[in-house]
Amino acid sequence: MIRAALILAATLFAALPAHAAVDIELVESPGGIKAWLVHEDELPFTALEIRFRGGTSLDAEGKRGAINLMTGLIEEGAGDMDAQGFATALEALAADFDFSVGGDVLSVSAKFLNETRDESVALLKTALTEPRFDEDAIERVREQVLSGIRSDANDPATLAWAAFDAYAFPNHPYATSGDGTAESVAALSRDDLIEAHRRILTRDHIYVSAVGDITAEELGALLDNLLGDLPAEGAPYPDQTQMNFEAGVTVVPFDTPQSTAVFGHEGLERDDPDYFAAYVMNQILGGGSFTSRLFYELREKRGLTYGVYTYLSDWDYADVLNGQVKSANGTMAEAIELVRAEWQKLIDEGVTAEELEDAKTYLTGSYPLRFDGNGRIARILVGMQMIGLPPEYIETRNANIEAVTLEDIQRVAERVLQPDRLHFIVVGQPEGLETTN
Amino acid sequence: MRRFVSLLIACCVAVPAYAADVTSYELDNGMEVVVLEDHRAPVVVHMVWYRAGAADEPPGVSGIAHFLEHLLFKGTDDMEANELSQTVARNGGSDNAFTNQDYTGYFQRVAADRLELMMTMEADRMRDLRLTEEDIVTERDVILEERSTRVDNNPNSMFIEQRMAALFQNSPYGIPIIGWRHEMEALGMDDALAFYETYYAPNNAILVVAGDVEPEEVLALAEKHYGPLEPTPGLGDRVRPLEPPQLAERRLVFEDPRISEPYIVRDYIAPARAAGAQEQAAALVILAEILGGNDFTSVLPRKLVFEDQKALYTWAYYSPLSLEETTFGLGIMPSPGVSLEDAESAIDVALAEFMEDGIDPDQFERVKFQLRAAHIYAEDSTEGMARRYGAALTSGLTVEDIEAWPDVLAAVTVEDVMAVAASVLDKRSSVTGWARPPQPEQEVTQ
Repeated sequence: MIRAALILAATLFAALPAHAAVDIELVESPGGIKAWLVHEDELPFTALEIRFRGGTSLDAEGKRGAINLMTGLIEEGAGDMDAQGFATALEALAADFDFSVGGDVLSVSAKFLNETRDESVALLKTALTEPRFDEDAIERVREQVLSGIRSDANDPATLAWAAFDAYAFPNHPYATSGDGTAESVAALSRDDLIEAHRRILTRDHIYVSAVGDITAEELGALLDNLLGDLPAEGAPYPDQTQMNFEAGVTVVPFDTPQSTAVFGHEGLERDDPDYFAAYVMNQILGGGSFTSRLFYELREKRGLTYGVYTYLSDWDYADVLNGQVKSANGTMAEAIELVRAEWQKLIDEGVTAEELEDAKTYLTGSYPLRFDGNGRIARILVGMQMIGLPPEYIETRNANIEAVTLEDIQRVAERVLQPDRLHFIVVGQPEGLETTN
Repeated sequence: MRRFVSLLIACCVAVPAYAADVTSYELDNGMEVVVLEDHRAPVVVHMVWYRAGAADEPPGVSGIAHFLEHLLFKGTDDMEANELSQTVARNGGSDNAFTNQDYTGYFQRVAADRLELMMTMEADRMRDLRLTEEDIVTERDVILEERSTRVDNNPNSMFIEQRMAALFQNSPYGIPIIGWRHEMEALGMDDALAFYETYYAPNNAILVVAGDVEPEEVLALAEKHYGPLEPTPGLGDRVRPLEPPQLAERRLVFEDPRISEPYIVRDYIAPARAAGAQEQAAALVILAEILGGNDFTSVLPRKLVFEDQKALYTWAYYSPLSLEETTFGLGIMPSPGVSLEDAESAIDVALAEFMEDGIDPDQFERVKFQLRAAHIYAEDSTEGMARRYGAALTSGLTVEDIEAWPDVLAAVTVEDVMAVAASVLDKRSSVTGWARPPQPEQEVTQ
C-alpha cells in the first residue's frame, strides 16, 4: 500500500488588504483534492463551500431540467434513509446543508458544529454519493419544480430575465431556464436523474474552500472521505456563447402596473487587461447603489424608479454588461431614453477626476469589508478559485483599481459601451414602446 | 448645527456572550448605546434605531414613517442632499435604512476607523434635516414606484396586505408599512416634519455599534456627537390602540390572474416577546418549528405532504419581535387536483390530531438542539447581531431580555408548547385567506 502523505501547502499566504487579515492555506488532500482554508477558531463551527462547475449547462441533450431536479433530490433520501429519515438525521446534528444550482455551478454549502463534525460529514457524503432517487420523492419534487415554473411565468422580473437570456444566448444552454419547461420536466425519468448526477458530481468539476475551526490535516482527510469516491470525470463543459446584440426594444406584454426592463450587450472577459477599468467605469455608470449616474438621473432627480443598476455579468461562457430598471408603464419609455443617454454621455465626455477618485475610494475601501464571517469568506474564496484568481489577488486587487486612469476609463468606455448594440427587454404594458426590428 | 449640551454620565452593564461582548449605556439625554464587540475583521456596523415605525403614524398618513426614512437621505444644515451616502461610499462603506411597524433604522457598514465620521453625519440628520418641496415631490414618486415594485407587482404581497387589514381590528398593524397608495399620494412636507420633530430625538433613539471597536471609545464618541442633541420633551410611553378580544373568525378570498398556484394562509393573533415575560413567545417559536419549521420532519409536512400527499408545501411561521400582539401563521399549497376546501380541511384535521397526539419527544429534542446551534451560527454575522439587538430593543425588550432569550428557549417544555398551541390556535382570532386565480363564471354563480 502506498502511503500518501498529506501534502500541506508550504505557502501560507498572509494577504493583508488594507488591514483585513485573511491567511489562506492551500491544502491538497492525500487523494489530490485541492482546497483553500482559513483557520478561524473564534466560533466552534466550520463553513465548507463546495462547487461543481458546469451547473445546469451540463444537462444532456433533450433533458433540460434534469440537473436542477436531481439537485432538488440530493436531500430527498440517501443510503438507507428515505427523505424524512435523512432530514431527521440532519436535524439531530444541527448541521446546515444547502444544495443549489445555476447556469454555471452546482453549489453545496455546509455548516457544522465541531461537536458533530464527523457525523455531519458522513451524512453529507451519503447525500452526495448515494442519493436514492426514490420514485415517490421524484414525483413530489417534480411537482414542486413544475409549480415553480408556473409561478415564474407570472413574475415580471423572471419573465424579463428569461426573455433576455433567450435573446442574448441563442443555441446555448444559457438561452433557456435550467429549471426546464413543464414538458421537459414532466418527461424526466429516474435514469435521467442518475445520468444527471453522473454528469456533474465528479472530481474534475470540484472547487473547495473551508473557513472555521478546522486544521489543514483534518480538512485533507475530510475531503478525501467526503469527495474521494466520486467519479473522476463528468460531462464536458459547453462552448463559449455567440452573442449578437442589436440596439432596440423587445416588449413582452404583461398585465401589471409597473414595467420591468432588463438591458445589456456584450461585456468583456474577466482576464481582459481592461477589466479593472471597465469595473470602475461601471461603478460610476450604474454600479454604485446610491451614487451612480443612473441612480442620480432616474431616481434622485426624477423619481422614475425605486431601483436601477448595471453590472458586468461574468458567466463562464459569456460576458455581458447587464442592467435592470423598473418604472411605471407610463414612464418606462423615458427611463429607457435616459439609460441610453447615459451610455452615450459616458462615451462622449468620459468621467470627471472627482467621479473616478470617489469610485476608487469606494471600491478599495469596501473590498476588505467583504471578509467578515466564516460563511462569507468561504464563499469568496471558492468563487476566486472558480474564476482562476490566485490567493495573492486579495493583496494586489486594490492596486489594480488604484492604477485606473481617466484615459483608461475613456478608452474602455469607447470600447465597451455600445449604444448601437444596447437591447432592452421590457415586460409590462409600457406606453409608447413597441418591439423594434 | 444646533447642539444641546449636557453632562454625560454613563452607566454600564457588561454581559459576556460568545464572540461578541455586549456593553450598554445610556447617555444623559436619554439615548441608549449598545456596543457589540467582534474583533475578527476591521469592520464596524453603525446603526441608529428610532422607537418609531409605521404603527406610530397618525391616522390618514399611512406610509409617512417610511417616506421620512427616504427623506433622511436629503440635505441637512451641514450636508447636501445625498451627501451622506456619497461620503459613506467615498470611505469604502455602504449604507441604507429600513422601516418596520415598530421601528425605523439607519445603518452604515464601514472600516472601523471611520466610525466617528459616521456618527458626525448620523447625529447631524437626527435633528437638522432641511427639506425642500422638490425633495417631497420627487421622493414621493420614488416611494410610489417602490410600492409598485414590492406590492402591486407581486400578488403575494397584496394578499398579505388584505389579510393583515382583516386580522387586526383595532391595532395599526393592519395598515401596510409602505402605506395605502391613495394616502401615499397625498403625503406632504408637514406630515413628514411633524413625525420627524416628534420622534427623531436622542431620547427616542438607540445607537448600536458592532464590530472591531472598544466600548470606551464608542462611548466617548457617542457622548461627543450624540450627547449634545436636544431631546424631545414630554415624549411619553408608546401608547397604541390595542386589539379587543376577537370573537369572530374571518375569511377572505383574494383573486388575481397572476396567482398560478392557489394556496391558503391562516394568521392568528399571538403574543410577542415582552420584557421579563418571554416564555409564551419562546413556546410559540418552538411550536412553529414543530409544526412547520422543517419541510420533512415537522408535523404538517409529515402529515400533509408525505402521508396524505395533499400538499406540495405546507409551512408555519411566527414573528416573536413586536411591540404589541403579533401573528402566528400556517400555510398550505395543495397538490394539483386538490381543492382549496379539501386542503383547508386537511390542515384542520392535522391540527386537531396534533392537539390530540402531542409532540414526539425526539423531534422536540432535535428542535431544541437546532435552536442552540442557531445561536452559534448567528454569531458569524456581526451585522445580523446588530440587527437583532436593535429590533429587540425597539420592540420593548431590554439587553437583559436579549441575553436571557437562549435560556428561555432552552427551558421550554412540551407542556408549555401544547398549552400555547391550545390558546393561540383559536379560529375566532384568526383570518383564513384563500389566494387563487379568478374562477370561471359558472363556478362563481354556483
